[in-house]
Amino acid sequence: MTDLAVRAGGQAGDGIASIGETISRCFSRLGWHVFGLNAYQSVIRGGHVWFQARTSDARPYSQGDQADVLYALDKQTVSVHGHSLRRGGTVIYDPEKFAVAESELPAGVRALGVPTLEFARKYTSQSILQNAGGMGAAAYLAGIPLDILNEALRDSFGKKAGDVVEWNLGAAGAGFEFARAHASESDHAIGRRGPAKLLMNGNAAIALGAVAGGCKFLAQYPMTPASSIMHWMAAHSHSLGVVVKQAEDELAAINMAIGASFGGVRSMTATSGGGFSLMTEALGMAGMTETPLVVVESQRAGPSTGLPTKTEQGDLNLMLGAGQSEFPRAILAPSNPAEAYRTMIRAFQLAEDWQTPILVASDLHLSENFMTVDREEVPLDIPLPSLFTVEPNGHEYQRYQYTASGVSPRAFPGQPGLQFVAGSDEHDERGHLISDVKSGIPVWVTERQRMMDKRMRKLQGLVGAIEPPTWEGPSDAALTFVAWGSTVGAVRDAMAALAAQGRPTNLLRFPAVYPIDADRVRAALAPPRRTLLVEANYSGQFGRLLRAETGVHLSERLLKYDGEPFYPHEIVVRALEVMADGGK
Amino acid sequence: MAAVETAVKRLAIPPHNVVIISGIGCSSNLPHFLTSYGFHGIHGRVLPVAEGIRWANHGLTVIGTGGDGDGFGIGAGHFVHTMRRNVDMTYVTMDNQIYGLTTGQASPTSTMGQKTKSTPTGVIERPIDPIALALASGATYVARGFSGDVKQLTDLIAGGIQHKGFAFVDVFSPCVTYNKLNTFDFFRQRVYKLENAGHDPSDIVAAWQRSLEWGDKIPIGLFYRTERPTYEDLEEVLAAGPLAQQPVGLKGRESVLDEFV
Repeated sequence: MTDLAVRAGGQAGDGIASIGETISRCFSRLGWHVFGLNAYQSVIRGGHVWFQARTSDARPYSQGDQADVLYALDKQTVSVHGHSLRRGGTVIYDPEKFAVAESELPAGVRALGVPTLEFARKYTSQSILQNAGGMGAAAYLAGIPLDILNEALRDSFGKKAGDVVEWNLGAAGAGFEFARAHASESDHAIGRRGPAKLLMNGNAAIALGAVAGGCKFLAQYPMTPASSIMHWMAAHSHSLGVVVKQAEDELAAINMAIGASFGGVRSMTATSGGGFSLMTEALGMAGMTETPLVVVESQRAGPSTGLPTKTEQGDLNLMLGAGQSEFPRAILAPSNPAEAYRTMIRAFQLAEDWQTPILVASDLHLSENFMTVDREEVPLDIPLPSLFTVEPNGHEYQRYQYTASGVSPRAFPGQPGLQFVAGSDEHDERGHLISDVKSGIPVWVTERQRMMDKRMRKLQGLVGAIEPPTWEGPSDAALTFVAWGSTVGAVRDAMAALAAQGRPTNLLRFPAVYPIDADRVRAALAPPRRTLLVEANYSGQFGRLLRAETGVHLSERLLKYDGEPFYPHEIVVRALEVMADGGK
Repeated sequence: MAAVETAVKRLAIPPHNVVIISGIGCSSNLPHFLTSYGFHGIHGRVLPVAEGIRWANHGLTVIGTGGDGDGFGIGAGHFVHTMRRNVDMTYVTMDNQIYGLTTGQASPTSTMGQKTKSTPTGVIERPIDPIALALASGATYVARGFSGDVKQLTDLIAGGIQHKGFAFVDVFSPCVTYNKLNTFDFFRQRVYKLENAGHDPSDIVAAWQRSLEWGDKIPIGLFYRTERPTYEDLEEVLAAGPLAQQPVGLKGRESVLDEFV
């Protein structure tokens, strides 16, 4: 069985992410599933960064726990990551830069000094070319054929001028041959497994899914880890016909998106927690004016500026409560890029169907890390009916007409005979304000209550329209994990590890975290089922939501708020503890 | 309010092709008095909503209205950025130099020394000069009207609607309840018309000089007008027609996946 990870580490500016993406692409092109973790810092140069490209027979849903090959561009990488190497693993380093003794590595781990700088000097004085030699050696040790590495390098550097491609191929070949001559034969062989898979990070999948779902307008203000949604969209703006606006701030971004939606296009904004905090008032306006809107909230470790390049699921409470008073909303929570793609399509459909804001909760771990996706997981042909469905019918058009579902017929500026005013103030069915001179007068007191009831009825519809909680794993398992968002990935890998130990578990995954179908969830989690809640925040926010909505208290919890993603072994350890307690 | 309605009627724009966006404040009940489409948003965000509407459908005539608090206080950031983009729309501010809806606090254009509920011993900040700010930010049509002269005001707004680019019309709109300093009489005694004073609205230096006049003589009329490409002209995606009428989705666009292989 193959479970293989190549890790590269060094300082920001060393080109680590490029190494990791190139190795990841070698795997994905041969038809292997990949998880690529890009651990970085918000500095241009300096600071420790690393990337891990993991592939396995079973689809890897997380970065895993260990590595087989570590390419260390500095000594710090050896001290930070040396202990993560599996027995039989290898550290690649350049003895010209620093020394590595096998005595400082775990038992059974080899050190392979490769003269990467010397290889590079044959072509150029630019030391960045050393990475090619290191990649060549890493590819040999990982069992990647040289021609596949060469093809990936050609694609990476093909756009650069002159000899850069040839230099990279030459240095990579030298590294590959050096490893073949000086290391024992590789334990791994990455042969072709099937058609090439698509390698994408969560934000690319989010942007792609948005366009597939009909998005024509994105307004956004840069904020890690949401910015690359705007980058992808901007790069494809002209070819795909999407207007991308970098706004002056998040207040403008969400108001522009609401304006565009009112004007007749499916629109969205994206941000992280800080920017979302600024958007909250307008979110309520979208709810009040019944304007469809999709907001992606890619969480990072907070509070306040927090850890801008580290992950957390700490904004659930914020998303649940954003905006004064109450209006209907749903919060969707994809766990990986393939789900993110489908979730965005669904988010636009829900926003349109229910004429209210739909939030998509991502986080840094999903947004910025890479996973492979099969082509059939990203269907491009999505039915997208016209938004212009209302015609004048001789009766006075009522934009906010009372209906059983709470959803009223929606017209757009430019349509003759359907003029209306969308009001952030409370209004009647025609959109006329009842906020000032009429408020307090009995007939309008009743009207206000009816209008509030009409809007909030949509929440009942949304419960049935969102993707319900889904079971994974054997139904009779001794332990049930409860998880949402990107944390699901490490839970899935932990479940596989536990199953391999003869300890089957299952998972109740929440692809949408709000609204909650209380009866269904209460039944699903009823005793004597033993549960373990896994989420990346301090207080177990989703557990609190479930308790408030269903009365079910998930007392066993694994919470993490150190900024790092969950590792499967952490979940395995905690699960075994809980199962041991259960056996008392 | 009447001036906006009259201007739209005079230009014979079908009301269903007009959207009036307003914020919160005394100025902002405007859309409910008209027969066009309207968006009555939250305080300070008139301009970004208006921009979104323009970009979704640039066949529409988009008019933003607001007060001095809305435009120059809570929304000041948007004011500057919308002008530098030269979005093709008209923005009319009903400037009463006071927060009237919230019963009389100082506004960004309140006079220094003016006593209000929030400044019982007098305002100690300089007022914003909306005309100078508009000139500095790149507005391509900059005018000031007076609600005491509806005819001229209507002309200025109609000119702004016809202008291709961002048209800004600041309107002295005295608050009869909460501002006892900047009253109708205060303005009637001081205003003079730029068109009667030999002002050349194509001369930005002259416009700057006029914008600085405040005291016994206060100019009203068109300060500045110029032509430059609008945001919509420069946004290539909109060259294919209004966004709301463009095709959607990725059907048949398989090549979009190539970069992920």
